[in-house]
Amino acid sequence: MYQKTLAELSQALHKKEISSVELTQIFLTRCQSLNSKLNCFISMTPEHALAQANAADVQIRNGTAGPLTGLPIAHKDIFCTNGIKTSCGSKMLDNFIAPYNATVVERLNASGMITIGKTNMDEFAMGSSNETSYYGVVKNPWDLKRVPGGSSGGSAAAVAARLAPAATGTDTGGSIRQPASLCNITGLKPTYGRVSRYGMIAFASSLDQGGPLTRTAEDAAMVMNAMAGFDKRDSTSACEPVEDYTAKLNDSIKGLKIGLPMEYFDEMLDSTVSNLVHAAVEELVKLGAEIKDINLPNSHLSIPVYYVVAPAECSSNLARYDGVRFGYRCKDPKDLSDLYCRSRGEGFGREVKRRIMIGTYVLSAGYYDAYYLKAQQIRRLIRDDFQKALATVDIIIGPTVPGPAFKINELMNDPISMYLCDIYTVSVNLAGLPAVSVPAGFMDNLPIGMQIIGNYFSESRLLNIAHRFQQVTDWHQRIPEGFN
Amino acid sequence: MSLDRTDIEKIAWLARLSIAGDDIPNYARDLSNILDLVKQLSAIGTANVKPMAHPLEITARLREDKITEVNQREHFQKIAPAVDNGHYLVPKVIE
Repeated sequence: MYQKTLAELSQALHKKEISSVELTQIFLTRCQSLNSKLNCFISMTPEHALAQANAADVQIRNGTAGPLTGLPIAHKDIFCTNGIKTSCGSKMLDNFIAPYNATVVERLNASGMITIGKTNMDEFAMGSSNETSYYGVVKNPWDLKRVPGGSSGGSAAAVAARLAPAATGTDTGGSIRQPASLCNITGLKPTYGRVSRYGMIAFASSLDQGGPLTRTAEDAAMVMNAMAGFDKRDSTSACEPVEDYTAKLNDSIKGLKIGLPMEYFDEMLDSTVSNLVHAAVEELVKLGAEIKDINLPNSHLSIPVYYVVAPAECSSNLARYDGVRFGYRCKDPKDLSDLYCRSRGEGFGREVKRRIMIGTYVLSAGYYDAYYLKAQQIRRLIRDDFQKALATVDIIIGPTVPGPAFKINELMNDPISMYLCDIYTVSVNLAGLPAVSVPAGFMDNLPIGMQIIGNYFSESRLLNIAHRFQQVTDWHQRIPEGFN
Repeated sequence: MSLDRTDIEKIAWLARLSIAGDDIPNYARDLSNILDLVKQLSAIGTANVKPMAHPLEITARLREDKITEVNQREHFQKIAPAVDNGHYLVPKVIE
C-alpha cells in the first residue's frame, strides 16, 4: 500500500479498500522501523495521527470526505503545529511547543489530511544538505553515505523512501527543489505569496515560500489545491484566484515554447547532467513542444545577491530569539546582555550564526548602500531577465542542481561550495517565480532532477507539463533499494 | 575583503551573539570568504535601477480598525522560560 501515490491511495480510501486508520498505521509502522536508517523525522505524532484518521474514517463513511481526506502527510518542522514540538531543526527551539497552527497546517487539517510527524531540516532552513540540523544529518535513501539535500531534506527523504506519501517543505533558495532533485521526487516551489507564510518560521521573508514534496506532479496538484490561497494573516499573501490544479493536468502541451538558458548549459555544467536534461526536454518535444535558446545574462550574480539579501532578512527575523519569551535560555545569566548573547550564542548553530553575522554586517551603518541596496538593485536585473525571456517563451527548463547528491561531510567545511549547489534555484526565489523539479534520470545510480520555471501564478501549467512528462517517463517510479 | 578579530567582535556584539574567543578566527575566515563572493556585485552598473525589495511589489493592505485578536497571555506564557504573575522575568536591569 505504501508504494501507491497519493492519487491512488485516495481512490483506495474512497472505494473502501482500506480505512484511513489502517493506512495511517501502515505508514507509522514503516516510519518506526525505517526512520533510524534515515533520521528523516524529528518527531512522530502517532496518537494525533490516529485521532485524525478516526475522524477521517467517519467522514468517508458518511460521504462528506474530500479527495485528501484520510491521507497521511509529514510536515517540515518549520510549520507551527499546535501542541506539537516545532523545532525548526534548532537547539533554540528544541523546547518549543507551538501554541498555534500555521495556515498551511490548518488548511491541510481541514482537507482531512493526517499529520504523521515533523520532518528533519537544516537549522532554520539554512543549508543545502541537512547537515546543519541540531538533530543530525538525514541520509539519502539512494545512498546512505550521501546527503538528501536541504533544507527540506527530511521531507524529501521520507517521500522518496515511502515513509510518507507526501510532505510539506519550504523553499527560500531551492530548499524544496534541490532535495527533490537529489532524492528523485517531485517538488513544487509556488509563486511568492501563493501559499501563506503565517506560522511558517521565517528565514528570509521576501524569499520564503511553502510548497509540496510528492512522488508525482498529480499528487503535488492535489496537495496544492488545499495549501494555496489568500490568507489575511500573511501581509504578503497574494489575492489572485486559486485554480483547481488538477483540472488541467492532462491538457496538451502541443506548441508549448520552452526556453533553454545558454547560461545554464555552459561548459561548467557536467556533461552527464546536461545530456539527461536535454533528453528529458526531447520527451517534451515529442509531445509537441518547441525549444528556443534564451539568455539570462545576470544569472551568475544570483548567488552573491542571495548571500546579501537572505542573510540581511535572516538577521532581522532571528532577532526575536532572545531567551525571554520562548525558546532556549542560557543558564544563570549575569545580566540582560549576557542573557541575550549567551542564549543566542548557545542556541544557534554555526551556519545560522554565520548568516546572522553577514546580515548584521551588510545592514550596518556605512555598508548598507554598498551591499544591501546594491543587491536589491541587481535583484531587479535578475527579475527583468526572466521577464524578458518569458515574453518570448512559455516556460524555462534547466537542471535543478549541478550534480547528484554529495557525500556527508564533503562540503561541510566549505560553505561557499555548498552555496554554489543552489546556482540554478536561487534566482527563481529572487524573482518570486514558481518552479517545479521532476526526476529526469540517473548518474552513477543517483537521481538528477529537471527544473521547469514558469511565469507568476503559472503553477497549473507547470504541473500540467510535469504530469505529461511523467506519463511518458518512469524515472519518478524508481524506488531506492532497501525501501521497496 | 578581510575581516579581523575586532570586526568579528563588533559584529557579534551588534547581533548579540556570544562567540568563543578561539572560534573568532574561523568566523573571520568564513565571513571574509562570503564577502569575497559578494564583492563581484560592486562591478555591476546599476545607475537608475530601482532597488527591488519584494518580488510582487504589492503595497500593504489596510483593514478595518477593529480588534481581531483576543488576549491569550496565559496560553503564550506557558512556553516562556521564566514568568511570574503575568510578567516575563529577566535579570535585573535597574539597580
